[in-house]
Amino acid sequence: MGKLWLLVLIMGLVTYIPRMLPLTLLNNMQLPRFLNSFLRFVPFAALGALIFPGILSSTGNINSALVGGAISLLLAFRRVNITLVVFGGILGAYLGGMLW
Amino acid sequence: MKHQVKPALSPTRSSPFTDGLKAAVPIAIGYIPIGITFGLLARSAGIPNYIAVMMSFIIFAGASQFVGINLIALGTSFWEIVLTTFILNLRHLLMSASLSQKVVPGSSKGILALLSFGITDETFSVASFREEAQLKPEFLMGLNLLAFSAWNVGTWMGVFLAAGLPEAIKTSMGIALYVMFIGLLVPSCRRSKATLFIALLAMAVHGLLQYTPSLDFLSIGLKIVITTIITALIGAIIFPEEEQV
Repeated sequence: MGKLWLLVLIMGLVTYIPRMLPLTLLNNMQLPRFLNSFLRFVPFAALGALIFPGILSSTGNINSALVGGAISLLLAFRRVNITLVVFGGILGAYLGGMLW
Repeated sequence: MKHQVKPALSPTRSSPFTDGLKAAVPIAIGYIPIGITFGLLARSAGIPNYIAVMMSFIIFAGASQFVGINLIALGTSFWEIVLTTFILNLRHLLMSASLSQKVVPGSSKGILALLSFGITDETFSVASFREEAQLKPEFLMGLNLLAFSAWNVGTWMGVFLAAGLPEAIKTSMGIALYVMFIGLLVPSCRRSKATLFIALLAMAVHGLLQYTPSLDFLSIGLKIVITTIITALIGAIIFPEEEQV
């Protein structure tokens, strides 16, 4: 493939446009109630979809992923600072990978 | 949003920009190793160094970049790669729309256009789960800046140092962003049953889409978009009055 730089530019453009349009166009608008309610559920819905089932294959070893996930769940339930939740999850995944 | 004061995150002490930088720390922890992996993979796929670096600088979207080098290495046609990238990132439409209602209304369009470049799954999630009712553009600036820097530094490390971290550590760090999502989601789920229900429903719907063989023709990006739309719609229908976050 020639012109790789052009490909990267266009990939950047088609990535940027969906990010840019709604934020710039809707920020100043009062949206209908239902749409607003829908948009407020988007983070929870998106996060659910991003976590599962992707997490299971995130370390190349399902046991490692399960241990890491379980430890982070436990820490998050105890309202531990999020950076520590992340480190706990990584450590759990590391140990889980070593043990199984 | 009940009576849950988190002194460490209190916005009164430091500037919104500094708050944004602080909020991006867990993202940065996740981005550096993935950036390294991206750099290494780009090298091993025979992508020129300057192209790999340029990708992280101009595209700034992990999934697109990984899929991109994969498709380039496979010799996929130019426009097919562009189309795949576009579809992969359609979920950002939803995230950007959702974020538009969380940023202080009437913010400068130019600033918003700049900030929107930094919308990723991770920056969006951290921003959405902030306790402030409205986010200042300065906060997003700090958040995006550190996330973007970490992603690019990681990419350079992968491309130019070519070694990076020991294998066992690197694979364990693959879980970092997923557990960050867990860390963001769990406190909200404790506060609101509606949130818990919607998050679990999204996992179930996405699991169903992923594990149904006849749906293999849908790309991962599309499956996430479909899951998000279906689940958030159900949420808006069942819990129209729910006040979240």
